[in-house]
Amino acid sequence: MIPELGNFALILALCIAIVLAVIPLLGAQTENYRWMSIARPLAYGQLLFIGFSFFCLAYAFVTNDFSVAYVAENSNRHLPAWYRFAAVWGAHEGSMLLWVLILGLWTAAVAKFSRSLPPEVIARVLSVLGMVSVGFLLFTLATSNPFLRLLPNIPHDGQDLNPLLQDPGLVMHPPMLYMGYVGFSVAFAFAIAALISGRLDAAWTRWSRPWTLAAWCFLTLGITLGSWWAYRELGWGGWWFWDPVENASFMPWLVGTALIHCLAVAEKRGALKGWTALLAIFAFSLSLIGTFLVRSGVLTSVHAFAVDPKRGAFILVFLVLVIGASLLLYAWRAASLKSDMHFHLLSRETLLLTNNILLFVAAVTILLGTLYPLIMDALGLGKISVGPPYFNSVFIPLMAPMLFFMGLGPVCRWRQMEGRLLLRRLRFTFLVSLTLGIALPLVVTGGINGMVVLGMCLVFWVALTTLQDAWYRSARRGGMLHGFVHLTRSQYGMIFAHIGVAVCVVGITLSSHYSVERQVKMATGDIVKVGAYRFEFKGVHNIQGPNYRGVAGEFALLRRGREVKSVTAEKRTYNVQQMTMTDAGINAGIFRDLYVSLGEPLGDGSWSVRLYYKPFVRWIWLGGLLMMLGGLCALGDRRYRLAARHEEERLAQLPTQ
Amino acid sequence: MKIITRKLYYLIPLLIFLGLAFFFWRGLGLQPKEVPSALIGKHVPRFILSTVEDENAHFTNKDFMGKVSLLNVWATWCISCRVEHPILMDIARSNIVSVYGLNYKDNRQAAQQWLQRYGNPYSKIAFDGAGRVAIDWGVYGTPETYVIDKKGIIRFKYIGPLTQQVWQEQVLPVVKKWQNS
Repeated sequence: MIPELGNFALILALCIAIVLAVIPLLGAQTENYRWMSIARPLAYGQLLFIGFSFFCLAYAFVTNDFSVAYVAENSNRHLPAWYRFAAVWGAHEGSMLLWVLILGLWTAAVAKFSRSLPPEVIARVLSVLGMVSVGFLLFTLATSNPFLRLLPNIPHDGQDLNPLLQDPGLVMHPPMLYMGYVGFSVAFAFAIAALISGRLDAAWTRWSRPWTLAAWCFLTLGITLGSWWAYRELGWGGWWFWDPVENASFMPWLVGTALIHCLAVAEKRGALKGWTALLAIFAFSLSLIGTFLVRSGVLTSVHAFAVDPKRGAFILVFLVLVIGASLLLYAWRAASLKSDMHFHLLSRETLLLTNNILLFVAAVTILLGTLYPLIMDALGLGKISVGPPYFNSVFIPLMAPMLFFMGLGPVCRWRQMEGRLLLRRLRFTFLVSLTLGIALPLVVTGGINGMVVLGMCLVFWVALTTLQDAWYRSARRGGMLHGFVHLTRSQYGMIFAHIGVAVCVVGITLSSHYSVERQVKMATGDIVKVGAYRFEFKGVHNIQGPNYRGVAGEFALLRRGREVKSVTAEKRTYNVQQMTMTDAGINAGIFRDLYVSLGEPLGDGSWSVRLYYKPFVRWIWLGGLLMMLGGLCALGDRRYRLAARHEEERLAQLPTQ
Repeated sequence: MKIITRKLYYLIPLLIFLGLAFFFWRGLGLQPKEVPSALIGKHVPRFILSTVEDENAHFTNKDFMGKVSLLNVWATWCISCRVEHPILMDIARSNIVSVYGLNYKDNRQAAQQWLQRYGNPYSKIAFDGAGRVAIDWGVYGTPETYVIDKKGIIRFKYIGPLTQQVWQEQVLPVVKKWQNS
């Protein structure tokens, strides 16, 4: 009964979405205020029904209702309750339901927190979101319904959740990622609404900026969590694989990063408005293309979702309708935009635009690498696969100049900067970065590695110019400490996010070049030296988990002959799917991770063991968190709160009709 | 006139996207996970490669003669290969069928280390650093697994990581069928 109610609620949500997609937009075009005013209640109603539907599926999982096919395929009586809930989005159908739930959340949030916007704007924005919602609800109901029953032969038990997914990462990573992906639909809706109205002015950029920032924060967190999850779960200490699905989340992030900077330029200076609108369309389009690539099976990937050509065809049609219509609208409207580039060659606008283009080109090269095998195959030019060597060799040369310009940008002035002044301000910083970047690796390791020197020079450059800029701004606000405390939250946001980038690059550079790994045979009592650390193997014992059996190997970390820490690495065999998983033992630290992974037993009581010393690897995720923190800071900027309050007061003072 | 040329200029993003959509549509028809019919029922392509273990040893199409065998295409940079690796280890341990490897676009040393680290299920591994032989085999990406019969004819191809279910339900029946024929 409950699953049928869920299905029914989803159908009702679809009906509401159809009305939302049509009526308020028509109202906005014909200035019918009554039609516009139904947008808000419809947005809440849609969320209510999708939420209820999601609750029904979660209920089926938690109560082990194996008559529901999706539950039977992805859960098991012995699966811990926590994972039974997370298993709702553990495979294709449920994750689509999560997707529409999050879309419903964003739509309702826009309805709730945009009270100060003119009614025709809010009506158009909610209608565009309604159209997206219609597409995804229809997709879920027609091709991926999670409520289908297995009747009359109800299985006694389920086939269990994929062991790779049985990790705290599953609970957090997909919802955060989807919040980011789907959040870009709000930026998209604002851009489309502005294009429909033909008023592509600074106002829409101001309205959509906090939403875009929020979506970007979630996406940053989602990608960071995903990387951390892969590191823990795949058992070989890698943190990024250039897998098609990872790329699918990384491309919108790159374009989204360009977009939040562009929105700042458009809002503050009124420049680059057409480009900003195009970026907003691209960010969301890449999210949709990512969905298509993952769900249609045109590419093979580790994130293999259940593949069905019918689904692929559906998303492709949807993709062509949404992206094609948006780009057509863009071509129609943007052509009549007046060129408004009032800035000189050396100015903050130019630097921001340069980095925008670098980020965009990076996203395009990744897209090209991801799609290259598909395109070659479709043209009959042979079957080719593209691996990490391609991505690393095209991505790093694009990121190096970007980091350089990133240091210049904040110090540079809007509109025009005198070259001589910039040179005088930064020459000392430049020399210090260069010296530190060369000297530090040389002193610490006694050797020189070109890539490390390049990476560290850029890190110091970004960090020092960011701090220098913070110093200038503080000085302008009444001296170092007093001024620093009184910076605006946007300025804090920029400082945090840019330092976050530097921190992340430190992690990537040092962990990729100075990691030590050893593959050894160890018997109980053996001691192996890895870098400055010694690992002692204390032996294995059997373990019994709720839905798996396995062995756990105990290792002691020795430093100067004394045991400082112990680490447990497990090897689990999951009962239902008979899949063996390694659960690495990790001793985490700020400056290094020690990582132990248990291999195969070698007969005579000894085991093959992999030991890693990974310096600064945590900095990669720390950098991601700092970037997200920066985004959150900027989101809390006074301007948005003040602007919202002012507009509300202004609206309140208007005579009511 | 001028405004029209400007409008055309703004149509570029749309045209690029439509080009992309065309490839997506073609891609849907391709279905990389499905068996490409062209190679099934044909003799394995002729090749001579060295092996991963030894630069001077040879691995040729003649190695497949006289028994049913699996050929698994893998690489150290391929994550899905790591996912399916335990299954291959199980298959090798069960001694049902001999498992050969084709190391694809890889580096010999990295491949040797990888095998040492995770175990070696293959009785022999061809080293195809340039990926030329793989093209003849119609390799789309890694991992891929072929079933070859006693006469050296390709009977089945699976694209993507093997799972216990795929092995039991799709690959093993084919192996059994050609072993008994």
